[in-house]
Amino acid sequence: MLEVRSLSIHFHRYTRGLRRTVLTPVVDLYLKVSAGEVVAVVGSSGSGKSLLAHTVLGLLPSNAKVEGEIWFKGELLTPERQALARGRQIALIPQSVSFLDPLMRVGAQVRRAAQLSGKNRHSAAAQRAIFQRYQLPLEVERWYPFQLSGGMARRTLVSMAVVGEAELILADEPTPGLHPEVVRETLNHLRQLADEGRGVVLITHDIQAALQVADQIAVFYAGTTVEIAPVTAFSGKGEGLLHPYTQALWRSLPQNEFIPLPGMQPPPQDLPQGCLFAPRCPLATAECTAERPTMRAIAQNQVRCIHAQG
Amino acid sequence: MKVLRYLIRKLLRLVLLLFTISVLSFTLVSLSPIDPVQAYVGAEMMRIGPEQRQRIAERWGLNDPPVVRYMRWLSSLMRGDLGTSAIYNQPVSQVIRQRFLTSLGLMGTAWVLSGVLGFLLGVLSGARAGSWIDQVIRFYAYLLASTPAFWLALLLLIVFAVFLKWAPVCCATPPGLLPEQVTFAQRLHHLALPALTLSIIGIANITLHTRQKLITILNSDYILFARAQGENLFGLIWHHGLRNIALPAITLQFASISELFGGSVLAEQVFAYPGLGQATVQAGLRGDVPLLLGIVLFSTLFVFTGNTIADILYHLIDPRIRLGVES
Ligand code: SF4
Repeated sequence: MLEVRSLSIHFHRYTRGLRRTVLTPVVDLYLKVSAGEVVAVVGSSGSGKSLLAHTVLGLLPSNAKVEGEIWFKGELLTPERQALARGRQIALIPQSVSFLDPLMRVGAQVRRAAQLSGKNRHSAAAQRAIFQRYQLPLEVERWYPFQLSGGMARRTLVSMAVVGEAELILADEPTPGLHPEVVRETLNHLRQLADEGRGVVLITHDIQAALQVADQIAVFYAGTTVEIAPVTAFSGKGEGLLHPYTQALWRSLPQNEFIPLPGMQPPPQDLPQGCLFAPRCPLATAECTAERPTMRAIAQNQVRCIHAQG
Repeated sequence: MKVLRYLIRKLLRLVLLLFTISVLSFTLVSLSPIDPVQAYVGAEMMRIGPEQRQRIAERWGLNDPPVVRYMRWLSSLMRGDLGTSAIYNQPVSQVIRQRFLTSLGLMGTAWVLSGVLGFLLGVLSGARAGSWIDQVIRFYAYLLASTPAFWLALLLLIVFAVFLKWAPVCCATPPGLLPEQVTFAQRLHHLALPALTLSIIGIANITLHTRQKLITILNSDYILFARAQGENLFGLIWHHGLRNIALPAITLQFASISELFGGSVLAEQVFAYPGLGQATVQAGLRGDVPLLLGIVLFSTLFVFTGNTIADILYHLIDPRIRLGVES
């Protein structure tokens, strides 16, 4: 349904003395999502993963330069197609209640989302139906966002994304600092949406959350996907994981060996030559710094490492 | 209960404010070098003797120490008497009423015009921030914001009244006519230039504020989400922008009353428009203490009311405050 091929994003910024710096928060990114599937995009903050959602929707600021291709349902996603698809075919589930208009009643905002998705005449009915589906009491219609509890806010945001018939759902960090129960509920909602046949991209820094619902996990590092692996590969000692970073990430989890990876992710204005992970990689060799490794399919995984073996 | 407490607090603050301002103005007037008698009598000064002069001063109570004079003024104020204006030879309350009604048309027109136009220009400029139209509007606003009101008034007067002869050079009505003979069209004709001056000055501030606010809103999270839902620029402004800039705009509009008042003093002076502003200048220049104090108190009350209305509207309109109080 969605395929992102060698996507790079550059930001040009003028700093002091009119010196131009180029930030490259997303480098040569690859991602594929099929209908009925939850693909989790996992990476620490600053790995450029939120930009992915904005790029697919065509909502980047004007000083951003985008390279690469985004395919949606077999067609190249041009800016014109993006404008048509926004809200109708591709919907966003944002992070928090601050993404709701503070002065507009919740019901009106959901109805507006329904109208924009094409349900012009039936927006009120659609809103009622979606409220029922997500167990939002009817009186919430007349509330303002600041009156919503954490759980209700989540359900409202989800209901706004799916009040239309969007086939692709982009959930951008939908479980930040939430109560565990609300997290589970939100993740279940995403799973249901995929089971109904939609494609779901779950963008998160919380690998635990991702493991609960995802079919595939795309691991982000310094703005690129270093590995895409089925969720089943994340088990045991991580034998199914092929990229050194993914393995290190897996080992660093508390329920595993809890060994942190030394060093820091490179900043987007100062990316290393060759493999982006080379400065921290225990297996790095001279070839690694020669050029950027490409994505290779090995077993069920896609890996961006020249030394990876199945 | 809450409302009552709010009102009482406001009222106390108002009384304190009025008192402080009256003391301050009184002190300033007492220190002023203008001799009220001389200012009153003017060129006739040479023809009256010292005894006559002494008699006028006594009748006005000018020989008593300032504190006594202030107490006398205050006690008659308590009885609702603002005293008599020396230069108009009428009770101060009556002068203020007449003058204020004349000014009200002027200030009201300017208030509405500058509010509506300023808001529209601000929205246009903020929505297309960085475009040529934004550049033009901003240039215009900055230019006006740094233009003194009286200078603009003179400029308009010279262009429209003196050269083009579209507008009258002075006053609120054609000279030589009794008030009941003046038609509405004539009044409007005389109002046009002063009102234009005042509105043009007021627009700049409102435009720049509205623009800034709209730009902030357009960069907010909820606008990003609305765009993700497929909202276009017009929809963004119509459904979210206006709703969110309306509140600060209303507050600003009511708070701008004080500037309007200040502007009207200068504009009325230039156009010889017989409103409250002109009376203020006269009272100041000719040492008419009761009138000056009366106007100062009245304008304080006026501005205070404007700000209070803004405050109350804010509480009534913003659901975060309105409902937050209840829950
Ligand atoms: S390409 Fe080399 S440096 Fe990069 S992850 Fe593989 S082994 Fe490490």
